[in-house]
Amino acid sequence: MSSKEWPLWEVFIRGKQGLNHKHVGSLRAADAEMALENARDVYTRRSEGISIWVVESNNVFASDPSESQEFFEPADSKIYRHPTFYDVPDGISHM
Amino acid sequence: MNEAHVDFVLRIADDSLILGHRLSEWCGHGPILEEDIAMTNIALDLIGQATSLLNHAAALQGEGKTGDDLAFLRFDRQYRNLLLVEQPNGDFGMTMMRQFLFDAYRTILFERLQSSSDEMIAAIAEKSLKETKYHLKHSSEWVIRLGDGTEESHNRIQESLNTLWRYTNELFYADAVDDEMRNAGILPDLSELREQWEKTVNHVFDEATLTIPTNNWKQEGGRKGMHSEHLGYILAEMQYMQRAYPNMEW
Repeated sequence: MSSKEWPLWEVFIRGKQGLNHKHVGSLRAADAEMALENARDVYTRRSEGISIWVVESNNVFASDPSESQEFFEPADSKIYRHPTFYDVPDGISHM
Repeated sequence: MNEAHVDFVLRIADDSLILGHRLSEWCGHGPILEEDIAMTNIALDLIGQATSLLNHAAALQGEGKTGDDLAFLRFDRQYRNLLLVEQPNGDFGMTMMRQFLFDAYRTILFERLQSSSDEMIAAIAEKSLKETKYHLKHSSEWVIRLGDGTEESHNRIQESLNTLWRYTNELFYADAVDDEMRNAGILPDLSELREQWEKTVNHVFDEATLTIPTNNWKQEGGRKGMHSEHLGYILAEMQYMQRAYPNMEW
């Protein structure tokens, strides 16, 4: 990446009240304000959101794909961590 | 038909139409993808405003015409837009400066027009104000960013300001049409429109470290249908299809 290029920003959008902000993509911008406006123009043209977060991609500390075995695989064999051994009573929805 | 009323609506409508068309020329040519989309978004907002306003003007005329007829089948002398909005795009800074000078005026105008006795105008103003406030935020931030940026960006946008400043006096053009509209309650009191506009503009230019040119030569004529040479080329492109294939739709 040439040094002339603007920093990369990650964009998170809250679709509606009560939902979490969700990562929708990234874009380039010179500063936070510009990133926010660009996100508004690029990602909410069709009323996709009511709130936007932008985070400079530099600030995202990510897991290392080469460590995915020790990071994630141990959870695969622990089915008892899933609450699937209970009978859900009648009338309880969204479970 | 009240001729002044139609003229008054056409003035606002044509500002939106012509500036919207100008901005649409950036489609596919923006300096970055995000700005390309931002400018075409703004263009679409303006064309949307023009559609509502031209349909309203056509209804007031009562000659059975549509907004499309007014957009595509008038001659240059019949357009009532400001000279400012028909000026060429120039570089990106020039486009942002033109947009800023216009947005600062438009925001105040729409705020006032919300209390127009013409309910259609009041409704269009209320809806458009939300769009225009965003346009102003966008354009003023760019003027500041470029003005207070590098030496080159500063010099170039200062040059744009020097070029466009002569068209700003026309923002406050008023004639018998305005008097008649004010008497009818359709045009709310616009006193202090200029003061408010100057306040916005001075504030942004201060932050952008830009200087208002001292050469006070002013140009106007668009409100009366006397345009710069640029409008003819815009209309040639905009009207070609309707002129070549009358009544075509797609």
